[in-house]
Amino acid sequence: MMAEKGAKARALAGGTDLLIHLRAKVFELDRVVDMKKIPELTEIAISSEGLTLGAAAPCYQIYENDAVRETYPALFDSTWMIGGIQIQGRASVGGNLANAAPSGDTIPSVIVHRGVCVIAGPNGRREVPAEEFCTGPRQSVLQDGEILVSIKFPPPMKGEGSHYLRFIPRNEMDIAVAGTGASVVLNNGTIESARIALASVAPTPVVASEAEAFLVGKEPTEENIVEASELAKKVAKPITDMRGTIEQRVHLVGVLTKRALRKAVERAKGA
Amino acid sequence: MPKKIHVNAKINGDEADFLVEARQSLLEVLRDVIGLTGTKEGCNDGNCGACTISMDGRIVDACCVLAVEAEGSDILTIEGVASPEGLHPVQQAFLEQAALQCGICTPGFIVAAKALLEKEPDADEHRIRHWLAGNLCRCTGYDKIIRAVMQAGEMAKAK
Repeated sequence: MMAEKGAKARALAGGTDLLIHLRAKVFELDRVVDMKKIPELTEIAISSEGLTLGAAAPCYQIYENDAVRETYPALFDSTWMIGGIQIQGRASVGGNLANAAPSGDTIPSVIVHRGVCVIAGPNGRREVPAEEFCTGPRQSVLQDGEILVSIKFPPPMKGEGSHYLRFIPRNEMDIAVAGTGASVVLNNGTIESARIALASVAPTPVVASEAEAFLVGKEPTEENIVEASELAKKVAKPITDMRGTIEQRVHLVGVLTKRALRKAVERAKGA
Repeated sequence: MPKKIHVNAKINGDEADFLVEARQSLLEVLRDVIGLTGTKEGCNDGNCGACTISMDGRIVDACCVLAVEAEGSDILTIEGVASPEGLHPVQQAFLEQAALQCGICTPGFIVAAKALLEKEPDADEHRIRHWLAGNLCRCTGYDKIIRAVMQAGEMAKAK
C-alpha cells in the first residue's frame, strides 16, 4: 500500500506530528496508512532477548510498563516527559524516529539503550542502528514504501544505568533546547562502557563518541564525568533559533551531560 | 465530493454512526458533522488541549486524531460529563471556584481533570499541574483551575 504511492505515502502512528504537518502543508500526501491495527507495530515484548518495541506503541504504554521502567530507564524518562498527557496517549517512539526532528526526545534514549531499527519494505526487511536512522532534519533512512516496524533493544547488561534529561524553559510541554541521554555499565567500580547521545544540538541526534571512549576503563568520579561532559560539547553543532543560541546550547550540553552521567552512574550502582 | 467513510463509535454512551472524509480530524467531525460543539478548537496542532476528549479511557487531543481512527472506539466529550442528576463534581468545583473566564479551554480542562481524578483520586497539586500541562488557559492564570480540581478531588472522596 505504501509502495504504490511512493513519496506520496506515509505511515500513521500516533499522528501527533504527521497530522499537524499535513494540516500545515509541510508535505502533501495521497495516502496515509494507519499502522496501529498491525499487532507487531504496537507490541511491547520483553524477553531474555531484550525488548522489542513496536514502532507505533504509544508513550503511555511504554512508561506504564514496569519492566520497561526497571530495565530501560532512559526510555522511561523520555516517554514520560514528551508532550503532555494527551500527546503521550498517542505519540510513539517509532513516530518520533520517523519524524526525525533533531529535538526528538526519545531518540537519544533509544541510542543509549543500543536500539536497532527494524525496517520493512517492498524489498524485505533490514536493520539500522538507531544512531544511523536520522540523516537530517525530517530526513531518515526510510525509503519510499518502507516503514519502521519496531525497535529492538538488547537486554540490559549487569551494572547498567541510564538517564535522559533535557532543558526547556517551561516545566512541561515544550521542545528541548538541548537534551542528553547517557548510559553506563559499571564493572567492579570502573566504567566498562558508556553511551552518550544528544538532542537539539545538530541536524540529527548525535553520539558523543569521544566522551564515551574517554570514560571506558575509568572510575565514575566527578572529575571524569566533568571531563566527559567537556568532550561531549565538541560534537554539539547547534543553530541559533527562537529556542536558544549556539552558546547557550553548547553550555547546556555540558551541564546536561554531567547530570545525565551522574544519574546513570547512580542507577548503575543500584542495578 | 470526496468519498465518505462510515464510522461507528460509542460517543457519550450512545452508539453513533457517521460519515467522514478520510482527511477530517475527529475534532472537526465531532463539531461539524455530529454537532457536539462543546469540544473546542484552540490551536488545532496539539499544543493547547482545548479539544481534549477521552478515547478508550485515555485523554487525547481530538485535533491529533483522524475521525476514521475512531472506528469502534469509546469516546467521552464534555457533553457526556454531567449526569441527568446534575453536574459532575469537577464541573461544580469549576463553578464554585470561578475557574473560568472566556471558557474556551474549560471543556478540555474538565475532561482531562475528570480522567485524572478517576485514576488518582488523591492527586496532589503537583500531580494535578503535571497532568494538566497539556491544557493551556490564557485567562485565569491556572490557580483557580488547580484549586477547583483539588476541591473536586475532595468532593469525590467525601461521597
